[in-house]
Amino acid sequence: MASQSTPDKNGSKGTWTLKTGLAQMLKGGVIMDVVTPEHAKIAEEAGAVAVMALERVPADIRAAGGVARMSDPDMIHRIMDAVTIPVMAKCRIGHFVEAQVLEAIGVDYIDESEVLTPADLKFHVDKHAFKVPFVCGARELGEALRRIHEGAAMIRSKGEAGTGNIVEAVTHIRAITDGIRELSDLGLMAKLEAKAEEYRVPVELIQQVAKDGKLPVVLFCAGGIATPADAALMMQLGAEGNFVGSGIFKSADPARRAKAIVDATTHFNDAKLVAEVSRGLGEAMRGLSLESIPAAERLAPRGW
Amino acid sequence: MHPAVGDRRTLTARAGVLGLQGDFAEHLATLERLGVEAVDVRRPDQLDEIDALIIPGGESTTIGKLAQQYGIVEKLRDRAAEGMPVWGTCAGAIFIAKDVPGHPHPLASLMDITVERNAFGRQVDSFEADLDVPVLGADPFHAVFIRAPVITRVGPGVEVLARTGGSVVAARQGRLLATSFHPELTHDERFHRFFLSLGKS
Repeated sequence: MASQSTPDKNGSKGTWTLKTGLAQMLKGGVIMDVVTPEHAKIAEEAGAVAVMALERVPADIRAAGGVARMSDPDMIHRIMDAVTIPVMAKCRIGHFVEAQVLEAIGVDYIDESEVLTPADLKFHVDKHAFKVPFVCGARELGEALRRIHEGAAMIRSKGEAGTGNIVEAVTHIRAITDGIRELSDLGLMAKLEAKAEEYRVPVELIQQVAKDGKLPVVLFCAGGIATPADAALMMQLGAEGNFVGSGIFKSADPARRAKAIVDATTHFNDAKLVAEVSRGLGEAMRGLSLESIPAAERLAPRGW
Repeated sequence: MHPAVGDRRTLTARAGVLGLQGDFAEHLATLERLGVEAVDVRRPDQLDEIDALIIPGGESTTIGKLAQQYGIVEKLRDRAAEGMPVWGTCAGAIFIAKDVPGHPHPLASLMDITVERNAFGRQVDSFEADLDVPVLGADPFHAVFIRAPVITRVGPGVEVLARTGGSVVAARQGRLLATSFHPELTHDERFHRFFLSLGKS
């Protein structure tokens, strides 16, 4: 049993290697939003690498309005009991006590998420202070690096959650990968220092990204994936995996669509396979055009 | 040091890493650093082109389902029966174990061990530790355990290679190797060298 397996005395926990390492294990996979233990089982059965436990999917948060907060711990517990894959949960931007609660519950990853109503307009959570790893959203490279500097062990491009519209996800992943390419081409130290100032992060972090040509943590895509082709598109644009929220459980046949999105994420370069799994999936979530969402109701600009 | 470890001439020439999901890129990079031709394996026919296969860390349910669906499991059983070395790290160790209590999906079932999933607990219980691994020499091996499994039973013919806190975390049965931890996440290449030497033993 678990209680018999205890690490050696030298076993250190909550290290950067362990935090970023779990994200490495999720690569090439799909993380699905679920609101019930039944959803969580459908997601696991479809091949999800993790689930995000929340009370409402982003499309319903958007429709409901009001203040969106961390989910009920009881509900998160029931989902943790239902599946063996990692369970993530969301806290509000800057709400470090919600994060403490989620860590105490024992979730495997915390998403400090713009989908919930921000709690602090000045500070994000100091993520280095936690043993549990964090994933954060970003619209461009500077935002991604600020989050990493604060301790995010995984980044997801934000997209516009709950829309079933891929356009913002594409914009954001392109901005991140273009930003990385630009850094790699800069070369001169003086230019890297200027970028560090612009992005408000240490120059060492800028140098590392310029040298490696990639972020120092895993990069997933989120916000608007509704079809297998959407999932493969984001992988071809440089995502290392996908978060899918409303796109699965707001569709006509969630179990089939979930599996099809997993297959398309695995074999994102195989158009024949993506075609095959896209056949007869039933209706996708209806979706929203960006223009129909007033600026004040957009989620991606939350955080900075 | 184990006689074969560190001797490039004894290393397997072409090694595959199952690339369906997980940290396969880190294994591929380590193999390339060792001068081995590394193949990202996603289809069953690729198993005929390689001399050894690593199953990476990841989610065992996901890897198991995809491998089954694409016909990799059956082909892998044939290749392992022919003597191809196979190494599973973390989720990969679960994938190659004969017995995994409560696992929801079919697995490759190659090695005569019982593996308990998430045996140390959830992510907050993940840890790093130095292990004594005699086959790799006297220096300790720094190991990274992430939601790691442990080997709770070893069958006849299975050699225990390392333990932590009394639990078996590395074992070998002929040309099959299982580790609960992730040598691909550290820069110590001794486990990869040891695995690559198995094909020539």
